[in-house]
Amino acid sequence: MHGLVNRAIERFVRDTYGRDTWLGVMGQLDLGYSEFESMLIYEPQVTAQVLNATSDALQRPVDEVLEDIGTYLVSHPNTAAVRRLLRFSGETFEDFLHSLDDLPDRARLAVSDLTVPGLELADQSADIYCLHVYNPHGATVRFGPVVLGLLRAMADDYGALVLLDYLNRTQSCERLRIHLLASAHGAGRAFVLGAS
Amino acid sequence: MTAAPDLAGIAPVLDRLCPMYAILDAQGRVVHAGPTLVKLWPSDMAIGQTVFGLFNIRRPIFDGTMQGLLRLSGSKLHLSLRAPPHTDLKGVLVPLCGPQPDEGGRYAVLNLSFGISVQEAVRAFSLTGGDFAVTDPTVEMLYLIEAKSAAMEASRKLNQRLQGAKVAAEEQAFTDTLTGLKNRRALDAILTRLMDSEQDFALLHVDLDYFKTVNDSLGHAAGDHVLQAVAAAMVDETRSVDTVARTGGDEFVIILSGVTDPARVGEIAARLIARIERPVMFQGQTCRISASIGAALTCDYDVPRVPRLIEDADHALYAAKHRGRGCHVVYEPQAQADWSVGRNADSCPH
Repeated sequence: MHGLVNRAIERFVRDTYGRDTWLGVMGQLDLGYSEFESMLIYEPQVTAQVLNATSDALQRPVDEVLEDIGTYLVSHPNTAAVRRLLRFSGETFEDFLHSLDDLPDRARLAVSDLTVPGLELADQSADIYCLHVYNPHGATVRFGPVVLGLLRAMADDYGALVLLDYLNRTQSCERLRIHLLASAHGAGRAFVLGAS
Repeated sequence: MTAAPDLAGIAPVLDRLCPMYAILDAQGRVVHAGPTLVKLWPSDMAIGQTVFGLFNIRRPIFDGTMQGLLRLSGSKLHLSLRAPPHTDLKGVLVPLCGPQPDEGGRYAVLNLSFGISVQEAVRAFSLTGGDFAVTDPTVEMLYLIEAKSAAMEASRKLNQRLQGAKVAAEEQAFTDTLTGLKNRRALDAILTRLMDSEQDFALLHVDLDYFKTVNDSLGHAAGDHVLQAVAAAMVDETRSVDTVARTGGDEFVIILSGVTDPARVGEIAARLIARIERPVMFQGQTCRISASIGAALTCDYDVPRVPRLIEDADHALYAAKHRGRGCHVVYEPQAQADWSVGRNADSCPH
């Protein structure tokens, strides 16, 4: 698995629960290191081990942890770059939804060896969408809950009011339901194209 | 934004297709500015001004008149804003044919782009995604710049950490942990470097005498303490450009950079032995050792080679030991029978 994925889990645990919790998780796994490098590739099973150990340490189900990681990536100041890069996808939350299909290509443009899940948005009605999340072959993490958390935070960021549900999953595909109640409900956060 | 009524058909189309443009009249006055172009100045101040007042058109060179500019139709124009922040722009001018054929040439469209300065421009004029045409890849380009910068920054940090780890690992790999002196691996590297750069030096092979006695009678802790004291003494007696390495249990090699005088090597060897012979205290016990030194100088060879140099220094050390403890011998390739021998105990001349 790409180091960025492992690093995201690490940053989430450290920034949310503190360094000691993280060192506890890593100490238990006995991997011989306690920090991940964003730009290195790790054995796929390491990610699953870290996630399970994190879930044990926090006493919360893996899916909940994954969803929180998705939210964390968009909303925490330490990962501001992720939020900015996602905001380039569209002017409104609706634009953003419609450009989700391009997200894997956008991710690859940024980091060529980063494999992220394939996304496919299907319109069910004017304001209800179904998002298919296709996990990469051999992935040891299900990205569905991460995408769910990420969408939740992005909706906040755009100031949109949405209802999000995790519908179901098959071997390789997870399905999320997105109900867009109001595109411009709240103020949202400002986004300027030119980074300071 | 629109002044001329006969432009009502074309202006809304261009506003969407290429929002950073101006329509100029025959005198070069701006009669309409696209929604993005308007943002380059405070309020609507562009309307009514001439293109020459708003922009410094740098290339291609022309006579400064509207007729001259029209002759450049279709060419790539290099221009910049006259007002701060003097942003560089790229542009192209195309005459606009009106609804009636005789209106052809009355107006011209000047379409502009930020080119390479887009990142600063977007910041300076607070532009958003909506300020660019839907088909314009500028926003994607900005995304790419930012994504690549973030990835590059992560890689740069990784490189820094790897570099730090590498330096530490090399330091560790080249250091004798007990004494802090260089180890054999470091010595080999230094010898290779000196040989490659054809620098002269003297190589001293130092072997401690009576060390085994200290180790056996007072224990390893005492032995280690003595080795550390000897190491410190040798570093103290040599210059910072010299190298002191521990190459075995009680064996050391000293490289004296740039030294070509055997007499000087003899002096240094004698001083080293005298210093090593100073008693070392360990937990109330006095430890006494001495040292024998064999030396060889690169300047004594037509083409010095490391293995030969070490071998000859070993021979000299063997000869020194043979003459009793606490002696030093400098190897002389020309006169093997009459090596320069020094004996610290009775101060015999070299």
